[in-house]
Amino acid sequence: MIYLALAGVLFVIGLHGLFLAGHPLRKILSLNVLSAAVFLLLVALAREADPLDAVPHAIVLTGIVVSVSATAVALVLLVRLSPPKRDSKEVTRKEGR
Amino acid sequence: MGGVVLVFDVLLAAALIWLAWQATHTPGLFRAVISFIIFGLLMALAWVRLEAPDIALAEAAIGAGATGALLLSALGRLAVTDEAGTPWQERADLTFWIPAGLALLGLLTLAAWYLPSPGLGQEVQASLPDSGVQNPVTAVLLNFRAFDTLLEIGVLLLATIAIWSLGPMPMPGAQAIISPVLPALGRILFPMFALVSIYLLWRGSHAPGGAFSAGAVIGAGGILSILAGARPWLTGSAYGPWRVLLSLGLSAMLAVALGVIVLGQPFFAYPTHLAGTIVLLLELAAGLSIAMSLVALYLAGQPPTHWDGESLRQ
Amino acid sequence: MSLNHWLGAVLVISGLPFFFLGTLGLLRFPDVYTRLHALAKSDNVALGFVCLGLAVYSGSLITGLKLLLIWLLMLVASAAGASLIGRTALARGIKPWGV
Repeated sequence: MIYLALAGVLFVIGLHGLFLAGHPLRKILSLNVLSAAVFLLLVALAREADPLDAVPHAIVLTGIVVSVSATAVALVLLVRLSPPKRDSKEVTRKEGR
Repeated sequence: MGGVVLVFDVLLAAALIWLAWQATHTPGLFRAVISFIIFGLLMALAWVRLEAPDIALAEAAIGAGATGALLLSALGRLAVTDEAGTPWQERADLTFWIPAGLALLGLLTLAAWYLPSPGLGQEVQASLPDSGVQNPVTAVLLNFRAFDTLLEIGVLLLATIAIWSLGPMPMPGAQAIISPVLPALGRILFPMFALVSIYLLWRGSHAPGGAFSAGAVIGAGGILSILAGARPWLTGSAYGPWRVLLSLGLSAMLAVALGVIVLGQPFFAYPTHLAGTIVLLLELAAGLSIAMSLVALYLAGQPPTHWDGESLRQ
Repeated sequence: MSLNHWLGAVLVISGLPFFFLGTLGLLRFPDVYTRLHALAKSDNVALGFVCLGLAVYSGSLITGLKLLLIWLLMLVASAAGASLIGRTALARGIKPWGV
């Protein structure tokens, strides 16, 4: 039950971000949150079944790979469409690891 | 014991909601991306709690690992990272979008509510002996619903083609820090990545694991060694083995799907006595293609036909 | 509850203060270097205790070796990560606190 509610809340957050965020990267992140919410809904419903329903699990696995492909294409499009970076110092790429 | 588990679930849900909010609504793109990566890791925990270990493995490797690397490298290439010029769209159509979103959520909940509750678990269990494997998720992925997986591998290949058609890959700039740590890390860890992914692939037939997790792990290992300064051996050459590897999964699945027709079976219906072998071979092909595609997606463009000092200096 | 269960539980619980102190350091220390100092050391000790405790708790050699492998991999990852973050911070010209 907690996870069904969680899926609902994440869905609303993702949808709101998707429609209203200004920066395109935000929209991509929101789309990912949205898809996570849908996956969560599917699997949380699958757990109710006995024995465990394997079909939604397989669908979600497929969905994760499809969503990473979509994210990658969207990110590359975003980088190509945005104005080129002015300073040549590539420092920001090194942070966060 | 039940109380402790409930507290854990509530804490996990609260953390996920907070991270999702951070990723989509608080200022600072870098913070948003980091929050999203942590969100992916915690989602893997949520999958474990929902008794979906296959998804947890894939989410940890793809959702947090590969997507995180993609997001960070895209962020590093963006000129504007502070969102200064892109304000929130504070407009009057909030009065439209919020009710519309809530109505969509309500409809989805209603649809989910009316799903037949026992699901297909019993059918899967009943025909599991015919599938050639013991793990129900692998059986669904590569036997019962192999058609979905075929299309999914197709999407992955299509994404790679789309990215390659957008132009040559951006050349990595000079390394900001000269450190012996990162190359050493890549050298130590890549064999581990390979070992783990082979183990996952083999394990997939009887326990959580399989082509998706295996491909994702070795793909993540490839991305790590590129980060560590290894020259990616993925080339755009029309004659090299890489295009073959990228399309191996799709072509193997198509070959099997059409090949069984010759044996007198319907489309994509494996002969029962060969099912185990076929599933294992398909997993191997799909896993290799997934790994190659993830590295190709990370490179964000068509790699040069051969790597040398000339092309690196562009 | 047999002996190895109690011993395992004690070991896992004795790892928790290290996690707590590491997190406290992450939240309260003034700059990136001191935070790294707090995290990279105490979390490794804490994880070592937790893994050792779980290995004793399970009572099986194979599980124990797997947990040892997890701990070693975490040691490598944490050392490499801390070193990279520290070097990047230095390269960007962030002065250590109090220098």
